[in-house]
Amino acid sequence: MPVASHAHPIHPSAQALGDDEVLRIRNDFPILETEVNGQPLVYLDSGATSQNPLSVMEAEQEYYEQRNSAVHRGAHTLAVAATDVFEDARSTVAAFIGADDNELVWTQNATAGLNLIAYSFGNASVGKISGAAQKFALAVGDEVLVTEMEHHANLIPWQELCRRTGATLRFIPIHDDGTLDMDAAAALIGAKTKVLAFTHVSNVTGVINPVAQLSAMAHEVDALVVLDACQSAPHLPLDVKALDVDFAVFSGHKMLAPTGIGGVYGRAELLDAMPPFLTGGSMITTVTMEEAGYLPAPQRFEAGTQPISQAAALAAATNYLRETGMERIHEWEAALGQRMVRGLEAIEGIRVLGPASGIPRAGLASFEVEGVHAHDVGQYLDAAGIAVRVGHHCAQPLHRRLGLNASTRASTYLYNTTAEVDAFLAAVAGVRGYFGVNGA
Amino acid sequence: MSSLDSLYQQIILEQSKARYGADLPNEHLQGLHLPENVGQCHQLNPVCGDEITLRLETADDVVSGIHWAGDGCAISMASASILSEMVVGLERAEVHSLIESFREVMRSRGKLQADEEILGDAAALSGVSKFPARVKCAMLAWVAAEDALNQTS
Ligand SMILES: Cc1ncc(COP(=O)(O)O)c(C=O)c1O
Repeated sequence: MPVASHAHPIHPSAQALGDDEVLRIRNDFPILETEVNGQPLVYLDSGATSQNPLSVMEAEQEYYEQRNSAVHRGAHTLAVAATDVFEDARSTVAAFIGADDNELVWTQNATAGLNLIAYSFGNASVGKISGAAQKFALAVGDEVLVTEMEHHANLIPWQELCRRTGATLRFIPIHDDGTLDMDAAAALIGAKTKVLAFTHVSNVTGVINPVAQLSAMAHEVDALVVLDACQSAPHLPLDVKALDVDFAVFSGHKMLAPTGIGGVYGRAELLDAMPPFLTGGSMITTVTMEEAGYLPAPQRFEAGTQPISQAAALAAATNYLRETGMERIHEWEAALGQRMVRGLEAIEGIRVLGPASGIPRAGLASFEVEGVHAHDVGQYLDAAGIAVRVGHHCAQPLHRRLGLNASTRASTYLYNTTAEVDAFLAAVAGVRGYFGVNGA
Repeated sequence: MSSLDSLYQQIILEQSKARYGADLPNEHLQGLHLPENVGQCHQLNPVCGDEITLRLETADDVVSGIHWAGDGCAISMASASILSEMVVGLERAEVHSLIESFREVMRSRGKLQADEEILGDAAALSGVSKFPARVKCAMLAWVAAEDALNQTS
């Protein structure tokens, strides 16, 4: 499909990403020119939602200007063009995560993707189910295993599935430094385990989980592996086949694309065997007044009119990321993350959640400011033009485990500079003084 | 004064640390068998985790005591503290009109200037109304007090 051209030169070399190139990259993101409260915007909230480059916005606009139509539903020229855009986007994004074309299902976002998986398992657990779909059935005595670091999106759908089916939800605990307790994982993964659902990268601590190792442990007991790739697909090279997961989900808005689109990867033979979740138009073969036959994946999971322009935009986003280089992006962000943690550790009264500096983490850091609530920290930083996330970041159990109910999170992306991280650190250093906390 | 300073006035920072009325013992947080003259309400702001459990005691239609336990940002804690200093001794109707006046200012998006005659120290929270995301923080204790008062007879 046609992809809008890039304003900045592409660097296919293995040369590391650095501030000079990042400054050029920033030219592709008009919103980064914004001023906030009279200060240049320092956007450190990409973990919540990322910004879109021009090429992504152009892809969406071009779709509406030239090809807008119904997909898979018409014989006219525009309908064919729209279908091509839609399916080409699928190929592009599938390739980006190492999947085949028929293994990527569009959803609204990662939350919708995780619900699609959990509800499909639920549908395989009730009524008359035969054949391959039985693989997904849960009943009393079965266990669904998650971790203590999950985003609510990868926790509550499983709580609900267990409530409906009578299966038991268990969780792998974490260590004080936020890393997963692998001994506990080994002890918990067993014959009863039917599903292991966990995040690749924690959206709070930045911990990067050993996905391939956990997949292997789960597959040894024939459990299905569901990976929340929300915080990994945008930031590091992701190969779902190499990691050997059965399902993976991600959100477009966290990877330079607009809202309203995300994806579910599922191994082809699993997707084709799994009962659908949403049903209706566009996902059927023959329909009578009594029953319907379903198309193979991915269409069997795409009932109703799909997010077509968003798919085109997401494909443009993955092209942008691929051309910049996921390995280089990961390295750059990891370096920014380390700089952030080192800097925070040096400020009195700051407690960083997750691994200490020097230990690998994604390019984000959540922290507590002794004596100042996260909400006030966020307000103070906003006055300096610095956008961060405050609260529990949709991970209440994790915060409770770490002994607090809110934190402040700064998260980077490929468009953040060293200077921005330093501006953030300088601002954080002023927080306790401003709020008159003892000792500051 | 910068808008940050108008939000975090000195009196607010002081009140957020003083926390008048924050003496509700843990064992009372459930408040199962309350006498008829006592009302209790738990409020949570799920966005940022601000939380308060607030108890109001009345005697002959006059507020005779206020006790709370909570955790949250400077705005929510200062607001609960200021409220606690103001309501004891007020009649039921006076508390309702006080809460209504406060709510009106909070919802004004910075357009209403609080009347210090009516709102006392709570007038210092006027700056909050310019920050729509923080209005809920300021209202937390007041909403709890309103509900607690309505429970009493
Ligand atoms: C780890 C993780 N999982 C799931 C989600 C949910 O993503 P969305 O809200 O786009 O569905 C997020 C985003 O906040 C996340 O960080």
